[in-house]
Amino acid sequence: MIPVVSHLRQWVLLALFVFAGLGLTACGPAEPVTESAPPDMRRLTEEQYRNIIADVFGTTITVSGRFDPLVRTEGLLAVGAWSTSVSSAGLMQYEEIARSVAAQVLNETNRPLFAPCQTSDDTAFDEPCARQFLAKVGRVLFRRPLTDEEVSARVSFARRAADSLGHFYDGLSFSLTSLLVDPEFLFITDFTEPDPDQRDATRLTAFSKAARLSFLLWNTTPDDALLIAAENGDLHSMDRLSRHVDRMMASPRLNNGVRAFFSDMLEFNKFDVLEKDSIIYPAFGTAAVRDAREQTLRTITDHLVTRNGDYRDLFTTRKTFMSRPLGMVYQVRVKAPENVWEPFEFPADDPRAGIQAQLSFLALNSHPGRSSPTLRGKAIRNMLLCQRVPDPPADVDFSEFNDPNSPSKTARDRLSAHATNAACAGCHRITDPIGLALENFDGSGQFRAVENGAHIDTSGDLDGILFADGAGLGQALHDNPATTSCLVNRIYAYASGQSLSSRNEWMAYLEEGFAADGYSITALLKRIASSTTFYAVAPADTSEQEFDLAANTSPVE
Amino acid sequence: MGIRYPYPTSRRALLRGVLAGSAITVGVPFLDSLLNSSGTALAVGTPLPVRFGTWFWGLGHTPGHGVDAKAATGSGIGFKGETQALATHRDIINYFGKFNAPLDGRSNYPHATGWIASRTGTAPDKQDDVPAPTYDLLIADKIGTRNRFKTIDLSCTGNPRHSYSARSTYNRNAAEVSPAAFYGRLFGPEFVDPNKAEFTPDPRTMVRQSVLSAVKDDRQKLMRQVGVSDRAQLDEYFTSLRELETQLEVQLQKPAPNKACLVIDPPQDDGVQGNETGVEITRVEASHKSFARILAMAVACNQTSVFNVVFSDSNSSLRRAGESVTHHSLSHEERMDPELGLQQQTSWFNTRSMDALAVFIGTLSSIREGDGTLLDNMLLLAGSETSFAKNHSVDDIPFMTVGKAGGRIKTGLHINGNGDPVTRVGLTAMQVMGVSIDSWGSRSLQTSKSVNDILA
Repeated sequence: MIPVVSHLRQWVLLALFVFAGLGLTACGPAEPVTESAPPDMRRLTEEQYRNIIADVFGTTITVSGRFDPLVRTEGLLAVGAWSTSVSSAGLMQYEEIARSVAAQVLNETNRPLFAPCQTSDDTAFDEPCARQFLAKVGRVLFRRPLTDEEVSARVSFARRAADSLGHFYDGLSFSLTSLLVDPEFLFITDFTEPDPDQRDATRLTAFSKAARLSFLLWNTTPDDALLIAAENGDLHSMDRLSRHVDRMMASPRLNNGVRAFFSDMLEFNKFDVLEKDSIIYPAFGTAAVRDAREQTLRTITDHLVTRNGDYRDLFTTRKTFMSRPLGMVYQVRVKAPENVWEPFEFPADDPRAGIQAQLSFLALNSHPGRSSPTLRGKAIRNMLLCQRVPDPPADVDFSEFNDPNSPSKTARDRLSAHATNAACAGCHRITDPIGLALENFDGSGQFRAVENGAHIDTSGDLDGILFADGAGLGQALHDNPATTSCLVNRIYAYASGQSLSSRNEWMAYLEEGFAADGYSITALLKRIASSTTFYAVAPADTSEQEFDLAANTSPVE
Repeated sequence: MGIRYPYPTSRRALLRGVLAGSAITVGVPFLDSLLNSSGTALAVGTPLPVRFGTWFWGLGHTPGHGVDAKAATGSGIGFKGETQALATHRDIINYFGKFNAPLDGRSNYPHATGWIASRTGTAPDKQDDVPAPTYDLLIADKIGTRNRFKTIDLSCTGNPRHSYSARSTYNRNAAEVSPAAFYGRLFGPEFVDPNKAEFTPDPRTMVRQSVLSAVKDDRQKLMRQVGVSDRAQLDEYFTSLRELETQLEVQLQKPAPNKACLVIDPPQDDGVQGNETGVEITRVEASHKSFARILAMAVACNQTSVFNVVFSDSNSSLRRAGESVTHHSLSHEERMDPELGLQQQTSWFNTRSMDALAVFIGTLSSIREGDGTLLDNMLLLAGSETSFAKNHSVDDIPFMTVGKAGGRIKTGLHINGNGDPVTRVGLTAMQVMGVSIDSWGSRSLQTSKSVNDILA
């Protein structure tokens, strides 16, 4: 259930020989023989849930409710999803959300759009209509066609419910609710079958392959073309599967997948509760908070997808997009009207370069009323370099920070107190020299030249590379090998729920390929999505000893 | 597959009647005299329920500025300084001092170890690990399955992740953050006023229950298709599903009337609406006050028997408008005042937290129930995650019980734990609430020793 490094030893060697020269990736090394993990399951993230509802029923359907939180694991909420279940309170919320969605889908306004036929008598049960509707919707929600028996069961349920409530669409609505609370919808499950090409081996079903692919590239349920390909068996042919990878890579929806990955990696879920003091930072209001997130995601997708740029350049680029609320904080003029974004490029001598110098990173990794070189340095280590910064010691005294009699005026002065404390110095040495380079930006990300009247020194170093300011930090990140290896590790963990050790052959293969492809993230996604390893599974332990399959069938007394 | 009705014959017959379209109205007149003469039970024989709740605040007390130390257990709690506001409620409080969280060499993860050890009975092996269910859920398993909401989790900080109720690391309850949304869920169309004379089982509720039965029908098929590890995830899902089924079943029964239950007005102009997130302390206090008012009715109307309130998170991010540092930052950065023996600004937040607890207690005690108040039929366990935030100490973490738990406990006592594991408090709370448990916790936190001094 917890497919992380500690479970690697449990994996079964599958001896999957992969042939080079299939033309599945842009260039680079051949896919190595590797190990496979057992099949697994993950709970839909909130964003995936919302995406699916929007894709299936349109963006006018609102999803209102609270989802059980995911636990960030190996740096990603998506990895935590592979171990997460549904609490009692969480299922209650799912049920409420499901009823709300179903009621909206089948209300008088929307039902002509979604129900394939209209009955003239709402009190009469229109079985063909119900059958067609439930089969069609069930196929997309379950990411596989429902069997005839399953469709009949849902139709029968709809009939009984309609009889009870006296209204055809009420019955249909509750049957749709039953699909939306079903574990086959809420969990993305690796279903397997015997592999006809390899004796005693197991493979993912074509529909499970489709789900893996679709959630990786689009962060949503497979579209009709992909489901048809699964039905036809096309996804068991790597050649034909790669055509679907190409199709999906060419879709604008790839942006959604890339945005979802970086939102997770950069911990943008914290935007939901981001708060800045309005007295200290009057320009950083609700609109600026909203747009700060969007700005970075636009920068990322423009650079990595639209321009197919080098991932490392994300930390040095001065190109971005600007909105009016952001212009107030960045103190730049924005010509675009309200709610319109315009391309923007900071001048070459501007201290801002790279996404780590954008408001999103700076504001998220600060306190409500002041900046934090330590939080920013820690975030760069954790999020961008995959390096864990130890927790502070329990007995910690930072009173120098707040001493009104202290001559210290800048954060650098105050943090220097840690250098004299052995318990603190070890960690602060690996965070503060990074974060101090961003001290030209206050807790909201706004530029400042001085703090408490004193000039701010933004010099620092990253693993021995010295720099003078935030732009220099960006260049150091650009050049640091951990930057690219971290991205590879994170994106594969995001795709598979598995975190790979740096010595893993598969990791080395992806890293070499990433370099060979000019650090193109689209090429990396394609390499993963077109690989045999991404879809390979070891046989599951389906022993019935640990669980009483007959349990839980009786109501609670 | 047909609709399944997992009830005893009589209930099934009732529901069939409804599903057949012939709605049944169960007319039960409500009279004030439905309470028995002592006010401890409904005249019809149903005892007033005893509820359980937790109230959490971050960063504890400043040592020496919480309550007067006592060399031995005894009556009379010396509330002072940061806890002065609680003095007016001293007769319904028990204060637990000198209870520790021995870690057996494990790391003290700042602001995490304290709440995890005290609420699960096991010290975590890593940050954010929840090694066992929190006691509120064990109590909810016992007393919360017959209410509309098995538990209610509220966070006054606006952050749904500020919840300290979890079944495991990967199965955590999200907190409600909006008083208006909470009110809407509570008193929305599905609310059944227990004091209304007429009761008609809602056929939609029956269909909802059938939805869950339909899903459950495929359990065995699905379980056989996945590996052993995945079955654990699914098993948790199906357990939740069974619980929800039972909760819906309760809604099909005429609720016991309770004069204390009133449908109150929705929250308005309380400083929270439209400003649902935020840790500025006056906003948090407004949210807390609004939540307290609604929650009191959720309890009085028997919508839940178990609740968790988080006033501030474990590394309290409370702040004052216009100030650059938070409560947590202050606790580490502010110098001790040598004359007062405390950090003045940090202590100010500690005091406001206890002021809020006093408001919460006052709100619950203002609701008359029977011949007493809601607190007479409640065990509220208030606690923090550290004793002295400056050094993250997990020894002598402040805990208090509030309320009389239906007469099961004595109050007004200061209990001196003499360094015993803090799990004694949790074990006692679970036993008082009827959980069949003789021993709780692991390693040095393991205990089978109840705090008998408070047992009536």
